[in-house]
Amino acid sequence: MKTKLLLSAAGALLAATLASGSAAAAEKTKIDFWFGNSGDIAKRVQEQCDRFNQSQGDYEVVCTSQGSYDASLQNTIAAFRAGKQPTIAQVSDAGTLDIMLSGAFYPANQLMKDMGYDVNWSDYFSGISGYYATSKGEMYSFPFNSSTALFYWNKDAFAKIDKDHAPATWQEAAEDFKALKAAGYACPLGFDISNNEIWQYVEQFEAVNGEPIATRKNGFEGLDADLVFNKNPLLVSFIKDLKSWYDAGAAVIKNKATGQTFVEAFAAGDCQAILTSVGDHGNIGRTAKEGMNWGVAMLPTYGEAKRHSSFVGGASLWVLKGHSDAEYKAAAAFFNFLAKPEEALTWSTVTGYIPVRNSGYDYLVSQGFYEKAPYAGRELAIKSLTVSGADHSAAKGIRLGGLLQIRKEIANALQDIFANNKDVQASLDGAAERGNQLLARFAETYKGVALP
Amino acid sequence: MEKRVTFSTTAIGLLFAAPMLLLIFVFFYWPSAQALYWAFTLEQPWGGGNRWVGFSNFRQLLEDPIYWQSVTRSFVFGISSTAISMGMALILALLTDRELAGHRLYRSVFIWPYAIAAPALGLAFRFILAPEAGLLSVINRVWPDLWNPALDGKDAMIAVIIAFSWKYIGYNFIFFLSALQGIPRALIEAAAIDGAGPMRRIRDIQLPLLTPTLFFLLIINITESFQDSFGIVDVMTQGGPARATELMVYKIYFDGFKGLDYSGAAAQSILLMLLVILLTIFQFRFIERRVHYK
Repeated sequence: MKTKLLLSAAGALLAATLASGSAAAAEKTKIDFWFGNSGDIAKRVQEQCDRFNQSQGDYEVVCTSQGSYDASLQNTIAAFRAGKQPTIAQVSDAGTLDIMLSGAFYPANQLMKDMGYDVNWSDYFSGISGYYATSKGEMYSFPFNSSTALFYWNKDAFAKIDKDHAPATWQEAAEDFKALKAAGYACPLGFDISNNEIWQYVEQFEAVNGEPIATRKNGFEGLDADLVFNKNPLLVSFIKDLKSWYDAGAAVIKNKATGQTFVEAFAAGDCQAILTSVGDHGNIGRTAKEGMNWGVAMLPTYGEAKRHSSFVGGASLWVLKGHSDAEYKAAAAFFNFLAKPEEALTWSTVTGYIPVRNSGYDYLVSQGFYEKAPYAGRELAIKSLTVSGADHSAAKGIRLGGLLQIRKEIANALQDIFANNKDVQASLDGAAERGNQLLARFAETYKGVALP
Repeated sequence: MEKRVTFSTTAIGLLFAAPMLLLIFVFFYWPSAQALYWAFTLEQPWGGGNRWVGFSNFRQLLEDPIYWQSVTRSFVFGISSTAISMGMALILALLTDRELAGHRLYRSVFIWPYAIAAPALGLAFRFILAPEAGLLSVINRVWPDLWNPALDGKDAMIAVIIAFSWKYIGYNFIFFLSALQGIPRALIEAAAIDGAGPMRRIRDIQLPLLTPTLFFLLIINITESFQDSFGIVDVMTQGGPARATELMVYKIYFDGFKGLDYSGAAAQSILLMLLVILLTIFQFRFIERRVHYK
C-alpha cells in the first residue's frame, strides 16, 4: 500500500516536471555559453549576448564569465566529465589541441551544415583560420576574439632622437634604444619574462622571422613533433641581443612583481617601447598620459630575414557534445549572428580585438573605422597576420601539447639567463629538452588518437 | 549502580554516524582513490580514455633533478615559515599573557590574518614588497638593488615565506594564548615569590607546560606549509624567478590545472602525501618523547 502511494506520487512529480520542461521549451531554447574573459571584455561579451537575445524570440543564450581562460577550461572540462557541460565553450589557443583530440565536441563546420547555414569558411583571414583549422583545413571551432602582437612606440621620445618612424628591424631598434638611453630615458624597451609574457619574444619572433618552433610544422602534422627553437640562429642571436640591451640598461624588466607592468609603464610614459597584443590598444588609449603621442607598428624583423605572418592569439568557440538538436539550432543561430559585419564593427570598437573575417574587415574599412584617432593603427594587426598570403608553406600557428608547460620551461630558461646570468644557448637547450619530454608525455597520453 | 545510555544495536549507532561517514567518503576517500588511480595511468583531460602505465609517472618524477630541487625548496620553505610563524606567535602570546596594555585588543585582532584568503594575502604582499613601487622600495633607494624579489630568487623565497608566516602567526597565537592561560596562576606566582624573573619563569614553567601545544602546532604548521602555499606563490611569484619559488604543491597546481597533465599532478600529490605522512610519523616518533602531557 505504502509503496503504491509512493510510486504514484513519484509519477505525478515526474509528469509535472516533464510538463513544465516542455512548456519552457515551447517558449525559448536556452543554451549556456562559458567564456574566460574578465573585466571590461567580459562586459562586452555580455552585451553581445544581450543583443543576440533581443534580436530574435526563439533562443536565449546565457553567457557566464569563468574569470580566466584557464579557469574556464578547467570548469568546462569538469562539467563535461560530470555530463553538465555548456553548449558553447570558449577555449584559448593553448587549450586548442587538447579539445581537438578529445572528441568531446560537435565540429563547427558540421554543425552549421546540419542546421542549414551556408558558411563561407574562406571568408576568415587565413592567418586566423589556419591557427584553428585541422591539418585538412576544416574548421572545428569558430575564431572569436583574435589578436596579435604589435610594437608600441612613444612618438615624443623617438622625436627626441630625431626618429619619426618605428624601427623596421631589431638592429635599427637596438640603435634607437641606445640613443634613447643616451638621451636620458630610463626605460627605452620595457619587457617581461614571466610565462604569460614571453610569447611576443619567442613565438611571435619565430613566426615573423619564419623560423620553426617545432618540427612537423610546429606540430600541425602530428603529435611526434620536437622543439627546435633552440637551434634557430636568429632566435638565439636575438635573445643574446636582448640580454646585452638589458645589461646596458636599454631594456628593463617590468612586471607585477617589480610594481608596474610594462603596459602600465608604457601608458605612463615611463617606457618608450613595448611589444604587446593589439588587444591592449584600447586600454593604452584610455590610460595613456595626457598629451602623449604614441603609435603602433608591426614587430621588427631580425637582420635580413623576410617578414612572415605573425601568429594569432586569443580564443575560439567550441560546441560541445551531449545536447539536443534544439540547443544546437540555438548555437548555430548565435554563431550566425556573430558573423554579421555590424557585430564585427561593434566588437572591434568596444574591444581592441580585430575582425576575424574579410567581410567584417571590409565593412570596418568602409565605415572609416581605421581612420578615426583611437582606432587608427589597429589595421596593422591584420596586415601583420596576413603578410605571407593565404597559401604560404610555413606553419600557421603552434599546435603543441602542454603548451602552457612548455612556455613555462622557456620562461624559466629566460629567467635563468636574465636574472642568473646563465649561458643563453645552454639555457635554451635545457628548455627545449624538457619541453620535448613534455611533448613525448603528451603523445603517450593520446596514443592511438589521430591528429585531425 | 551507574546508569549508562547506549544504543541498543550497532545498526542505530552506524546510522547516526552515516552522514559524517558519507561526507568523509565523498570529500576525502573518493578523490584520494581517484588521484591514486590516475597516478598509475595517463589520463586524457577531457575523459576520452586512459592507459595503465604502472610506476612510470613516479619514475619520471623521481629521475628528474628539478623535481628533487622542488622537494628541497619545500623543506626550506616549510622549516623557515614554521620557525618564523611559531616563534613570532609565541612571543606575541607571552606578551599578551602578561596583560600588557591593550592585551584585550590583541587577543582578538591577531587571529584576523588567518581569515584572509591566500590570493588576497599574496596580492597585498606583492604591493608591499614590490622593489620599485612598494613600501619596501625605500630600501632600494638607500641601498640600490638590495631588494628585488622579481629577479633575485632568494628575495623571492623570503617574500613568500614572510607572506605565509604572517598568515599563520595569528592561528598559532590563539593556540599559544589559550594554552598559556590554562597554566595555573598559582605556579607562576609561586615562582615569582621564590624570586624567578619573567624570563626564568618562561623557561622553567611556561615553556615546559606548553610542549603539548608546541608539538601540535609544529605538526599543523609543517603540514600546512607543504600544502597551503600555492595560492600565495601563484599570486606573488608564479614559482619564479627561474624556479626559485617552485614548491612541490605549486608544481602540482600548475601541471594539473594549467598544463592539464592530470596524471603527473596526481602522482606528485601522492608523493607529497607520502612525504607529509613520513614527516608526521617522524615527529611523533622522535619529538613527541620530549612532550610532557600532564
